Amino acid sequence: MKDMTHTRPIPRAINWNRLQDDKDLEIWNRLTVNFWLPEKVPLSNDIPSWSQLTEEEQRLTIRVFTGLTLLDTIQNSVGAPSLMPDAVTPHEEAVLTNIAFMEAVHARSYSSIFSTLCSTAEVDEAFRWSEENAQLQQKSRLILSEYDATANPLRRKVASVFLESFLFYSGFYLPMHWSSRARLTNTADLIRLIIRDEAVHGYYIGYKFQRGMERLSEAERAEIKDFAFALMFDLYEIESRYTETLYDPLGLTEDVKAFLHYNANKALQNLGFESLFPDELCKVNPAIMAALSSNADENHDFFSGSGSSYVIGKAVATEDEDWDF
Amino acid sequence: MGGLVYYSSRSGNTRRFVDRLGLAAMRIPIEGDAPLPGPRAPFVLITPTYADGQGRGAVHKQVIRFLNDPDTRRHLRGVIASGNRNFGALFASAGDVVARKCGVPVLYRFELAGTETDVARVKEGLDRFWKTQFSTAI
Repeated sequence: MKDMTHTRPIPRAINWNRLQDDKDLEIWNRLTVNFWLPEKVPLSNDIPSWSQLTEEEQRLTIRVFTGLTLLDTIQNSVGAPSLMPDAVTPHEEAVLTNIAFMEAVHARSYSSIFSTLCSTAEVDEAFRWSEENAQLQQKSRLILSEYDATANPLRRKVASVFLESFLFYSGFYLPMHWSSRARLTNTADLIRLIIRDEAVHGYYIGYKFQRGMERLSEAERAEIKDFAFALMFDLYEIESRYTETLYDPLGLTEDVKAFLHYNANKALQNLGFESLFPDELCKVNPAIMAALSSNADENHDFFSGSGSSYVIGKAVATEDEDWDF
Repeated sequence: MGGLVYYSSRSGNTRRFVDRLGLAAMRIPIEGDAPLPGPRAPFVLITPTYADGQGRGAVHKQVIRFLNDPDTRRHLRGVIASGNRNFGALFASAGDVVARKCGVPVLYRFELAGTETDVARVKEGLDRFWKTQFSTAI
């Protein structure tokens, strides 16, 4: 008989009717309903708008998108797969395969934008730029070194949430900025689909992180939290420099940084931690907030008389079978 | 001061927000078979949003179960909804659904576990809201 000691055990067939964690099915359903492909977005309608950007603005846009492509590539090929061996339920593993695939869709989308709007030479230049850009390489290295570490599943989740909920936003800012000026609005629609997906990914991996933290001692939890905040500081330093390099010529750096602070806090909240940046550093330009969520008035506050509370802007679907009235 | 009832899944964002308010609050249980709170005095509901890309399923089933009790619903005076602006137009849409179903105002919206500003505004806002509610009721 052959030596079976190094043979992979046969997994148990996954039974979605026996859940250990309801969140797995909730997120699976959310992700599958939200599935999309770039072909659905009429990117070619942006051709006239693209030609109105200056050469400098075009180059910046292509570079920002290659930077985003790199992060999506890492998340698709390394990040999400590296979380799979840590999965505590078979359903979590299945959700991660969905996340991995959607990251490939995101990465692929940027190439759809490129092939619609840009010349091959411009795009090739930008990909070369992304390989040589110091900050892009540094942040990738920091994240990858956690993904590659064999020791700690929770550190991997921290890195993953920071990539999904923080690192993308120096890039996402630009299409939201163009959209707020009625430029590249179809491209912005596509980016909003990516932004929506990343929110679910960050939420779910952050949720699994919190479940993992519950199993640790107080001292171990403190150690992981210190690690998370230290990694955030390191990434923020890199993001600041990246932002300055890209956005200084357009005078947008301070605006982008407010957006970074705001999203860094949200990334930390996904992990169950408190905010790092005080509210006064997170005052995102209202035009960017409006580009992000078009109908939701920026600061709905019935208490202080702003926002019309009874008026519902768009028809919101309701599952009537659950309501008795 | 009126009451406060909230739902929070195991992600704990809404629970963390409510903890920081420092106000007495009843929690709607996560488990589908657990007994639900039955407030019999005016209260405000705080609920997260679970909508998919089409807006379906915005209000959690447990929150719906809770509101299905007419004696509970009668006392609902307003809703505070949380969500994530990444979901665009559907941000905090659970508040809009509850407002429409129950005929109460959406009092406030916040993201995830809320900011310090959100906590301060909701605390002050609820205080003022209940004062007006009770003065007009007399």
